[in-house]
Amino acid sequence: MNTEASNRVVHWQRTRRLMIWHMIIWFIFSYLVHWFAKDLNAVKFMDFPLGFYMASQGSLVAFVVQLFIFSWQQHKIDVECGMAETE
Amino acid sequence: MAMFRMQGSFIDNLPKIYGYYTGGFLLFVGLMALAEKMGVKEDTIGLLFVGFTIFIYALIGWLSRTMQLDAYYVAGRQVPTVFNGMATAADWMSGASFVAMAGGIYLGGHPYLAFVVGWTGGYVLVAVLMAPYLRKFGCYTVPDFIGTRYGGNAARLAAVVVLVVASFTYVTAQINATGTIASRALLVPFEVGIWFGLAGILLCSMLGGMRAVTWTQVAQYIVLIIAYLVPVIWMSNKQGFGVIPQFVYGDAVLRIAELEQLHQVGVLLPTEKVAGLGALVTKHNAPGDSFVANWRFATLVACMMIGTASLPHILMRYFTTPSVRAARASVAWSLFFIFLLYFTAPALATFTKLQMLDPNLATSVIGKSLAEVNAHVWVQKWAAVGGLKVIDSNGDGIVQVNEFFMNADIVVLATPEIAGLPYVISGLVAAGGMAAAMSTADGLLLAIANALSHDLYYKMIDPKADVKRRLIVARVLLVVIGAAAALVASLRLTGILGAVAWAFCFAMSGLFFPLVLGIWWKRATAAGAIAGMLGGLGAGSWYLYMVYAGGMAPWWGMDHLRFGMVGAAVSLVLIVVVSLLTPAPDKATQDMVDEVRIPKGETILGSSH
Repeated sequence: MNTEASNRVVHWQRTRRLMIWHMIIWFIFSYLVHWFAKDLNAVKFMDFPLGFYMASQGSLVAFVVQLFIFSWQQHKIDVECGMAETE
Repeated sequence: MAMFRMQGSFIDNLPKIYGYYTGGFLLFVGLMALAEKMGVKEDTIGLLFVGFTIFIYALIGWLSRTMQLDAYYVAGRQVPTVFNGMATAADWMSGASFVAMAGGIYLGGHPYLAFVVGWTGGYVLVAVLMAPYLRKFGCYTVPDFIGTRYGGNAARLAAVVVLVVASFTYVTAQINATGTIASRALLVPFEVGIWFGLAGILLCSMLGGMRAVTWTQVAQYIVLIIAYLVPVIWMSNKQGFGVIPQFVYGDAVLRIAELEQLHQVGVLLPTEKVAGLGALVTKHNAPGDSFVANWRFATLVACMMIGTASLPHILMRYFTTPSVRAARASVAWSLFFIFLLYFTAPALATFTKLQMLDPNLATSVIGKSLAEVNAHVWVQKWAAVGGLKVIDSNGDGIVQVNEFFMNADIVVLATPEIAGLPYVISGLVAAGGMAAAMSTADGLLLAIANALSHDLYYKMIDPKADVKRRLIVARVLLVVIGAAAALVASLRLTGILGAVAWAFCFAMSGLFFPLVLGIWWKRATAAGAIAGMLGGLGAGSWYLYMVYAGGMAPWWGMDHLRFGMVGAAVSLVLIVVVSLLTPAPDKATQDMVDEVRIPKGETILGSSH
């Protein structure tokens, strides 16, 4: 297998793994925490009941931060595997 | 004007141009405030706000006119990351986000926060699963991807059908919203307001296609975000919650819980029904504690998220970036700009509720005497147009929580008046709502017209058509579809939020799995994709009909807002099973998928195709 082809294989493996990690984080903040909103409300966070906070703000912050990190991570993978665009 | 001709320098000068624009807009707001002080009538101020902003959008649309294919379809693929983020945010945030969401949270409490979570988290799916790959593909429209990846006109046509059903449902709701706001601001009947709104929308999109829509959407984002944030920050300052109220309103949430005890929210139920209006019967922060309640929250979140990642007018915004990397970063910026509004909406709902419930505040209405409540100017004004109604059901002369009925959609529009802010803020909010509805309607109309002109007309009916003919067909379709949508909107079949949720469910039923698996699963075949699109759309529509009109009991509490769950599940099963039953795609198709997965290299489709 020549380097280009093996680079492609590694690139896609790492891309797929990154995708799975981000889907797990996404699942936690989209569904898991809100499933337990009632229990979380017993906890106070910045004076908010935590269950309310997560649905009105916490999950949203997590998504925004997650996407900037994802964008940086995926670009790193592209560069390291020689798959990035030439600019 | 010269700057618009020289594209290169125009792109370089964007921060400066929009900086001046923002300054000019703030100056305009200041002038209006001054005019109000000098005694200019409220109606005139509202009219100037809406009229002036629409004029500016139309001007941008005219300056961005073009006769080039890639400028018309994908804005020349040179929209910088951050600006595309703003344009997507405006494209995304519709009348439902701007006008209806905070009101929904106000009346519905915690279960309604599912919209807030769903309409933001969907972008994770867009960034991780779709946008960069579709950008690498180099398509003009979403059916363009389906048609090329799976091959054959049948797959392309099926994608066009799903796109039209979902986007048309969505756009009627937006034109309805523009009509509502235009009619109030310009003092014309609703039926006239609709056509006026449509004219504004077409002026923005017709001459310059995607390029014009992009630059007007950036301008519209700036107006709508200022219009949403200013009243909330002003109001919270008045109540002593500081300059960034979004982080510190936890106390207000707790205070509301006390007041709900006092006013017996959820205990006192309305004894009469008022069409279109509702009384406050749900507690602000009361998440469900049953499996069905949690499941309903989760399925609403899922429908809004998966729908986000399937809506063509959003996906096509990422076709306009200069590179794959820029498309990815642009999704992050889009979500950031959307986040600014979405994390404010629950704060707005909370502050407004506090204003209404807290007996220590002069603005409160619940628990006050009927005479005091009716003395509020905003109560008289909104009661006159049917936005609220006070009925003293038990005849004790006091307004209880179950005797004050309001339309959720007026919460955002009426908040400045409830809080006693000057009228100039109300004018600003009207302009913001107009910007939100117009920008989304623009994107949707363009998505439909482009799919019909590029995929149906050029790719299937007349592949020999020259550029000029293709662009004329695209524009004629834009006008025809806009007019059809305005006609349907004038019938007022559904509310804004309901129609929007349906659009998401239609899109996810038909498009999500064929798009995702087209990139992530090489084995997906044309037959599988067609079965997935049509089967999913069919199953979803059937379930919607049965639950909404057919009298069927919803499965596990999945009502008509969540029919996409059924459609998407059927779509997934069909595309997997049928793909495995049919021969694997040929080598060329598999190589194409490999090529889509890496950023470097040429796009699959040429820059003009």
